[in-house]
Parts: sequence; C-alpha cells; structure tokens
Amino acid sequence: MSSHYEAPIREPLVLGDKTYHDISVDVAAPVLGKANKSWWIVFTIALVAFLWGLGCIIYTVSTGIGVWGLNKTIGWAWDITNFVWWVGIGHAGTLISAVLLLFRQKWRMAVNRSAEAMTIFAVVQAGLFPIIHMGRPWLAYWVLPIPNQFGSLWVNFNSPLLWDVFAISTYLSISLVFWWTGLLPDFAMIRDRTQSPFQKKIYGILSFGWSGRVKDWQRFEEVSLVLAGLATPLVLSVHTIVSFDFATSVVPGWHSTIYPPYFVAGAIFSGFAMVQTLLIIMRKVSHLESYITVLHIEYMNKVILLTGGIVTVAYAIEFFIGWYSGVPYENYTYLSFGAATGPYWWAFWALITCNFIVPLTLWVKSLRRNIMWTFIVALIINIGMWFERFDIIVVNISKDRLTSSWTMFQPTFVDIGTFIGTIGFFFVLFLLYARTFPVIAQAEVKTIMKSSGEAFKRLRAQHGDDHSHVQHVEQYPADAGPASNVEKHFDSTFDEATPEALNIDDVDYEQNKGRIEMLLNSVGTFEPSLQKQDNLQKINGIGPVLEQKLHQIGIFTFDQISRMTDREYELVEEIISEFPGSPKRDDWAGQALTLKNKN
Amino acid sequence: MAATKIYAIYKDDDLLMQAVKQTRSANYHISEVFTPFPVHGLDHAVGIAPTRIAITAFLYGLVGLSVAVAMMNFMMIQDWPQNIGGKPSFTFYQNMPAFIPIMFELTVFFAGHLMVITFYMRSKLWPFKKAENPDPRTTDDHFLMEVDAENHDLEMLTKFLYDTGASEISLIEKEEDH
Repeated sequence: MSSHYEAPIREPLVLGDKTYHDISVDVAAPVLGKANKSWWIVFTIALVAFLWGLGCIIYTVSTGIGVWGLNKTIGWAWDITNFVWWVGIGHAGTLISAVLLLFRQKWRMAVNRSAEAMTIFAVVQAGLFPIIHMGRPWLAYWVLPIPNQFGSLWVNFNSPLLWDVFAISTYLSISLVFWWTGLLPDFAMIRDRTQSPFQKKIYGILSFGWSGRVKDWQRFEEVSLVLAGLATPLVLSVHTIVSFDFATSVVPGWHSTIYPPYFVAGAIFSGFAMVQTLLIIMRKVSHLESYITVLHIEYMNKVILLTGGIVTVAYAIEFFIGWYSGVPYENYTYLSFGAATGPYWWAFWALITCNFIVPLTLWVKSLRRNIMWTFIVALIINIGMWFERFDIIVVNISKDRLTSSWTMFQPTFVDIGTFIGTIGFFFVLFLLYARTFPVIAQAEVKTIMKSSGEAFKRLRAQHGDDHSHVQHVEQYPADAGPASNVEKHFDSTFDEATPEALNIDDVDYEQNKGRIEMLLNSVGTFEPSLQKQDNLQKINGIGPVLEQKLHQIGIFTFDQISRMTDREYELVEEIISEFPGSPKRDDWAGQALTLKNKN
Repeated sequence: MAATKIYAIYKDDDLLMQAVKQTRSANYHISEVFTPFPVHGLDHAVGIAPTRIAITAFLYGLVGLSVAVAMMNFMMIQDWPQNIGGKPSFTFYQNMPAFIPIMFELTVFFAGHLMVITFYMRSKLWPFKKAENPDPRTTDDHFLMEVDAENHDLEMLTKFLYDTGASEISLIEKEEDH
C-alpha cells in the first residue's frame, strides 16, 4: 500500500529484517532474561554511592546545613547548582516525547521511553535538593497552600520559589502519567509473552488490563496528542520558572532578561547529552542496535548542536551587555573579563570549553556519527552544564557589591557526598528500569516499521512504491491451512485444505538415518510406555508443522529438547527440510528447561 | 444469553484493514478488533465515532484555570493581603502578573490528569483489571477481528473470512455482557 511511502532518501530507522514479532522479542528480552555480571557490578557501585549520599543527607538533616561549605557571602552553592542541573537534565524526555510528537518525528519512538524515564528520575533527584535545603524536611508540606494554624498565613504566590513548587510538581506528575499511559500496551505485551506466573501477575497489574481494542487505541492516540500539546508549553515553562529564581532578583549576573529562553535551551542541551550518555550504553548492553541506530544518535547530536548554539549566543550576549553597560559590578559576573581572569578562571574556562568549543566538533558529520566521540562529547557537556550552573550561582555572588565580603566557596565532603549520592540514586533507578520495563515503545515502533524499516525500504526500492506490504513471515506455520484451532464441531467444507492436510513433506527418514540416530543418542529416546509426550507448541518458535516433524524424528518431550545444544540444533535443521524456525535465537533448550521444571 | 461470534485472526495490518473494509461492505457486523499497535485509519474503517476526549481536556483546563484564579484571589487578595516587595495587592487585576505562572501550571495540571483519568475510566483501565484480549498474540503481532455470527450461515461467513486472508478462524459462544 502506498500509504507506507516514505522518501527513499531518508535512512531506515529500524535496521535488519525485523518482523513485528521480532520487535516484541527484542524488547522483551532484557525483561524476561537474567541480569548479567556487568549489570550487577554497575548496580552495586550505584547503590553504594546512593547509600553514601543517603548518609550525607541524614547527617545534614540531623546536624544542620552548617555542615555544607556555605558562608556569609555564598549562601547558595552546590545544592541549588545540583537542583538546576538535574531539572535541566529532566527536560529532554518530555521534549522528545511531546515536541517531537507534535512535529511527527518518527525517530523519537526508539528513544522516548528511556528519555522519559530519565526525566522522571532526574526530576526526583532535583526535588531532593530544595527539600534538604529546607533544613527541616518534615515541614516540606508548608510550601503547599493549605489552611494552617498560623491564622491561615498563606504561601506567597508572588515568589518564583513557590512558582517552582507548582511547576516542578506539575511537570513531574504530568511526565509520569504520559510515560505510564504509553507503557500500558508494552506492559501488556510482556504480560502476554512471559511464561512465569509471577511476572504475568505483576505485568497484568502494571498494564491496567490493557487489551488493545480499536476504541482504546483511538483514545490512546488522542490522549497522547493532547498530552503532548499540554506538555510542550509545560516543559518550556518549567525551566523558565527555574530561571525566574535568579532573574527576578537584583544580583548582578542574575538579574537578566535573557535567562528564560537561555535556561530552556541549556536544559535541552544538557538533557540530550544525558540521553546520549545513557542510550549509547543501553543499546549495547540490551542489544538494541537495530532500533537505536547511528541515525538516532546523529539526530540527537543535531539537537545538541542547535541548543548548544543558542546557549553560546546567549553567553556572548551576556558578556557583551555586561561590558557595554559600563557598570563596574558587571565585571565580576560569571561571563565577564573579570571572571575569566579572576580566582574562578578555571570555572569560567571549563564552561567555555565544555559547552562551546567541544560541541563544535559535532558540525563534522563523521564525528557526529561516531558513537565513541558522541559519548565523550556528551560526558563533557554534562560536566560543562554543571559548571554553567555553578558559575551562575557561585561566581556571581562570590564578588558582591561589598569588597570586604568577597570570598570563595569550599565544598565539604557532605556537599560532594550528597551530589554523588544523587548520581548513584539516579543510576539505581535507571538500572532497575532497564531490567524491568520495556525500554523501547515497541507498539509505536511497530507503526513505523513499514514506512521506515530497512527491509520494507528495500522492498520498495526493488519493486516500486505500490508493492504490497503484507508480511509473509512463517511464524505459525498453521496458516498453510485455514486454522489450527477450528473447533471440533465445526465441519469445514473447504476443498483445498483441511487442518489435517497441512501439505507437510514428510521427513525423509532413510536419507537422514545417521543424523537422527546421532541426535537421539545425545538427547535421549522417547519411551511411549513410560513417558508422556509434551505439548511442544508451548515453546516459542515451534508451531504445529514443526511439532509434527519433530514427532517424526522421535522428539516428543521438553526433556529431550532441553538437552539440545548448538550441535543438535544444526542436526535438526539439516534433517528437517525448509526449516521454519530459529532454535538458537528462540533458545529452545532454555524454554524447554523452564517448561519441563514446571511440569 | 449467549452470543455467537467468530474470531478471525490476521497476521498483518494491511491485510486486516482490507478485511475490515470487505467485511463491512459485505454487511457483516464487526463487534470488536484487537490490535497490537494503533493501525492508522482503522477506527474510521471499523466505523466507530471519533473520540471526544480532547474536548473534556479543554473543559478540565478551564476548571484548572478557574481554581487557580479563585484560590489566589482568596489567599492573596481577600483573606490575608500583604505587601510583598511592593507588589500591589489591592485588586486581583493589579497583582495578576505574578499569578500567571501558577494559573498556567494548574490549567495544565487539571487538563492533563483529569483527561488521563477519564481515558482510564472510559476504556476500563485500572490496576487489577483483567485483560480481555481473547488471544495473547494480539499484543504481539496478530490482529483479531470479532464478527457477529448470529443470523448468518456459518459456513458462508467462514469461507468469506478465509477469503479475506484470515489465518485462523474460530467460533465462539460468548456470554452477552451488553
């Protein structure tokens, strides 16, 4: 059908000859499989960092904020730096899922799930800092406009800090429902694929009983579209409001009208850098190279280039206006000659190098498509964006209007430990997510398969744009006949095929005698008088035809299949002509082992 | 009363679309379709009405905006007016520029959450709800069309569905639930 047409000049977004079923298998694999050693190592490191940070937070709360390195001049430092850094990172997810949905960018589908997960986990980290900074976090509910015992003294709706409370909590909760709504069909897929009753139960609850009715899908698409429309201005408003924390003050360097758009661009810049950092690792570990391709990485690099460019222009304007104003205080702001040559010169140059100079390399196409280099640049941008917030907060107030109070900031181990702890907490959440959630929005990826899948693009190139896109994949070979599950009382009068006549070629026993003996020697023979035969079709990848052929060879039980190794797989494939399965990919032996143990 | 249905399973979305159109033009009634992903234009082909959920979102947004205005007017202007940084608090109108961010946030908050809750309620989605897709493969790569078989010659209907490209056809006696 021509409705799947996509300009041939566009590179495919799904590589390889994937079928819909392959997508399900690939996305469910990390959830249904077991964690490997490197996952446990990284998880342990993250957990230790998290616990260390938790200790620092407990120490802060029980002793007081005096344990931080704050002084009379610098009353805001790492806490707010880390808060803004984490909120900024949390901007890529909703940008990908909302803004790119409105722009109908198909490449978002491979990355949106993880980017949204990252968003939610990053905003959780961000929210920790203001709460710790309160000193008495058990009174955190005071930021809410609720009637109270102080004569109903209300919260101050004129304050940008209160706007932050509303913006961040709205952002967190809307991102969460957006994410979860998109997850329902994918949880349902795992629910229907898993063999384990425990997983079936859990994913049944998580999927909210999603059934995939046509009306559900219609509402689902409408809800996604409206949520995207709501989340797009929301994501822009959140960092705008964060920037108001500074822009509405009277501190030189903070009091700047350019802050809202500049902060938003910076947030997207750092968010995409974090997405790159996470996904470049995840696509390797979870074997998702066919879905998160070099093209996706290049697209994200282009967003980084654009937003990085906006940030650079904003730096230049800040620098110029500070100088042009002729106000002496402006010469000590974070983007000024004074800052570049003063005691915080290293922070200034870290900002310029990491956010301006290094990302410039992405203008080169070969570097933009180089995965290793992208990873390095993404890490550098993460560092650079942390320095940007550090510079804005600490450098700007380190030299205030009173020369006698000029000072530097020295972090204590608690400052550092808390920051590292939030990084650990973030990775703990993300690693757990990567093992238990469908990390790619598989239902959405299936919708772009025929327009953007490599195999279908090739098909159109070879046979023209009007070529039929009906997939002919032999997954359940029963479709040689009308149906394998036609009920018994229903007599079919089809001439060409009845369920019994599946047009199966019998296995040529004489020719394969040696191979069959070899096979049965290693997997064992079936004794009808002692053993019961198993329903081999329970194994994923074995359909009625294949089952029949296996029976002809003499394989009837899970026990026999569970003893198969690569050598036996090869034998089976040699014996059975026109072999319609892939025992190794589907891991027959592993599946059979689980099924056998359940019997 | 039990209803007789036929489940026809297709293995491709284009095939399903074609089959839905053929089945409808042959005057058979399609009572439900289960698909693993949103098939573009299927709702139109099956003939279901457009969803009104976007309208509810707009109304919920208006509710959120009203709540924000009423709340801030009461708290900052009526109940306990204060001089905060010289910002005028005599009337709501004068103080309003400072209220814009929260008016926006609450509009989005109400519209987004209440719309999603409406969606979950209307589509009967909630924790511990049992899934109702008749075949587990419909969340993977199979497409199931449920056709009313009452008052039809079963053999003709089955032959017809088979000709539309169904790979599996089964007859179901179903307890009527609506």
